[in-house]
Amino acid sequence: MLLTEVEPSVNPLMPATYRVVARRVETDDVVTLSLEPTSGPSLLFRPGQFNMLTAFGVGEVAISISSAPGAPGPMEQTVRDVGAVTHALCTAKVGSTVGVRGPFGTDWGVDELDDSEVVIVAGGIGLAPLRGAISYLVDKPGRTGQVYVLVGSREPDQITFPDDLERWERDGAVVKVTVDNGDAHWHGAIGVVTTLLPTISFDPARTVALVCGPEIMMRFTVRGLADLGVPLGSIRVSLERNMQCGVGWCGHCQLGPLLICRDGPVFAYSEQLERLISERER
Amino acid sequence: MTENIGDLVAEHPLFSGLPTDVAELVGGCSQNVAIATGQLLLEEGEPARSLYLLRRGHVALEVHEPGRVPLVIDRIGPGQAVGWSWMFPPYRWHFDARALEPVGAISVDAECLRAKAEADPAFGYLLMKRIAAVMLDRLQATRVRLLDVYGRDVTH
Amino acid sequence: MLSHMDLSASLIVDRAGLDGLLGALAARGYRTIGPVVRDGAVVQRQVSSTGDLPQGWHDEQAPGHYRLHHDDDSSLFAWAVGPESPKSEFYPARSLVWRTSSTGDVVTLEQPQQESAPAALIGSRPCELAAMRVLDRVFAGGEIPDPCYRDRREGSFVVVAECGTPAATCFCTSMGTGPGVEDGYDLALTELTSPDGPRYLVRVGSARGAEVIAEMGGSPAQPADFASRDAVLENAARRIERKLDAGNVRQLLASNLEHPRWDDVASRCLACGNCTLVCPTCFCGAVSDTTTVDGAVERHRRWDTCFDLAHSLVHTGPVRATTWSRYRQWLTHKLSTWHDQFGTSGCVGCGRCIAWCPVGIDITVEVAAIAASDGAVPVHIESGGDRS
Repeated sequence: MLLTEVEPSVNPLMPATYRVVARRVETDDVVTLSLEPTSGPSLLFRPGQFNMLTAFGVGEVAISISSAPGAPGPMEQTVRDVGAVTHALCTAKVGSTVGVRGPFGTDWGVDELDDSEVVIVAGGIGLAPLRGAISYLVDKPGRTGQVYVLVGSREPDQITFPDDLERWERDGAVVKVTVDNGDAHWHGAIGVVTTLLPTISFDPARTVALVCGPEIMMRFTVRGLADLGVPLGSIRVSLERNMQCGVGWCGHCQLGPLLICRDGPVFAYSEQLERLISERER
Repeated sequence: MTENIGDLVAEHPLFSGLPTDVAELVGGCSQNVAIATGQLLLEEGEPARSLYLLRRGHVALEVHEPGRVPLVIDRIGPGQAVGWSWMFPPYRWHFDARALEPVGAISVDAECLRAKAEADPAFGYLLMKRIAAVMLDRLQATRVRLLDVYGRDVTH
Repeated sequence: MLSHMDLSASLIVDRAGLDGLLGALAARGYRTIGPVVRDGAVVQRQVSSTGDLPQGWHDEQAPGHYRLHHDDDSSLFAWAVGPESPKSEFYPARSLVWRTSSTGDVVTLEQPQQESAPAALIGSRPCELAAMRVLDRVFAGGEIPDPCYRDRREGSFVVVAECGTPAATCFCTSMGTGPGVEDGYDLALTELTSPDGPRYLVRVGSARGAEVIAEMGGSPAQPADFASRDAVLENAARRIERKLDAGNVRQLLASNLEHPRWDDVASRCLACGNCTLVCPTCFCGAVSDTTTVDGAVERHRRWDTCFDLAHSLVHTGPVRATTWSRYRQWLTHKLSTWHDQFGTSGCVGCGRCIAWCPVGIDITVEVAAIAASDGAVPVHIESGGDRS
């Protein structure tokens, strides 16, 4: 059962124009843009999907949608400044126009998780593609499964969406944050995010885990979850590669037999996937 | 003339100074191995089947990430040991270990070593003490490295 | 769909009949694209009569080697394949995707309209037809078809010329793509030699094809003509030298990702990408945005190659940083993971990658070498060690 209907476009290479209606600085290199279409309704999406954002004159890049579908307010996309295009997006002024193509890819499947316990593990900017999923799970009426949100960050001032973390905790999620390096004001956990796993009690047989972050972090987190008894197939990860079209034609996002834009970015884990992401230079 | 493997074990700092029967016990699980430059002794995710006692050459402990040159976490040299994940389930390596130059080592079969430790608790205790000492040393060093004492001061 | 064995729809024509065909197609508004000899190779250009075709030309191909020579005979299709393929027609090497125009703050995007007339491909080979079908799956086989590709492809008219003279680099028989073909074309030609000069068996493969043959003249094909065709194809199949075990290669490469042969081929490969340029199924495309002098933004799409370092770029660097990993990517994609992605092999056995590789890497040899030591891994740890 689908959460929302996805509307295909006739030529998926043609962007729609969206205006930046708000801009929020999250950390020293992360910005969240609020986007509204210049005409017509905003695109419908499921948490975990991504859009191809165009900074006109600079280029295009795949960015996860970080808001929840159906939430009030404009669609949000959180961008980390790591290159020419993301820099242009991070510095885009309110009122400027960007191009949006999408949504593309597979989603976290949150609409199937009403009764599961859900353990969400986010590393660094990996919280952005999970944000919409977490809000959906926390806010959905009638859900019975407990939601755990485990966040790992390099330093306390790199933690993204602190207001959401507090809000989710108020609304019933178990939220734990850890950093690699603390500072004088930090009274929370220190250590890699996998060290938080033994501190929550969840039933591995009834749990689905959603994991997103740098690939090293995802590999270790999956191992940590598996060692606690979560079946590999109940763990979902979000992968990333070079993307230039979003629709399986440009050939750049290949990972062995998979096309990340079409078969991912969200994947249920498996032995085969583990072998794939363990292979060097695949 | 092939050397007795027990003697080679006894020469290695991890086991030196222990009674000769201990070195022989470990030698019974061991063989002399060579690894060419650039090859991997350990591969992340693969079954952890051996403890390596380095005798010649250096090894880099690495993590690979797509789009990056492998990140070197540590450098281990002659007289040190490589590989601890064989000690506890699920017996899988957590990192890669790559030979930075031609490496000569003693490869101690993990299943053999664990079985002998289970069968002879006195031996097992001696083994654990030696290993724990090395691990503590590494942990302290790693903690100090995390302080990033040479980093630029950042004023908030 | 008319059966190829419907003899009443098959013709025997002479060269004048082919000229009739070209005229009929031009009159219907097609651009007739066919083989011509230019700069020492058989390439694809607009042709207006059979006088433009490679009469008397023959090719000689080997790893890293392509030569044409001319004989005083009246054959038109006695050569195998040149460096170009129908891919250029349906998926141009460079195309404009969109252009902006701005009025004040308002940005409008314009999509370029299909400008050129539909193409009639004259003399495509059966392996090239197979390649078109492979690309059909890539660009039009998923949930979202590429509308530009689909329009160009659906509008096209295809006249296949079956192969009578394969090159030494060909291995279509291994891939099940030639030297003959039974469907997927509008018309199929088989060049048959006769004392009075070549005659052409014309078979109809579509209603569009049936509609055009009336203007070719000729006479109904006879059983003897079909027997001649069979002889041409059998002879061609016998002449094919190279083999590739297509039934086994998908699994073979998937289970030999660490085989030492990859190191060996990487030591020879220049990562120049010639193979991907001449391959009729390679489809990778890169996108780039530029600004024009008058302030418009244009996005172009152009052919890309997985041998390029930037192909696998993520923000920290390329995933496939070495020639080793890029060659492995190309060959395992072409022969193995293409099946997982698109349900077919990516290779049609045309042999272009072998001929046009500057160092003569032969994929049939590479695959055979891996098969000969299936399961080999580079030796990491040798026991016995040293005595120091």
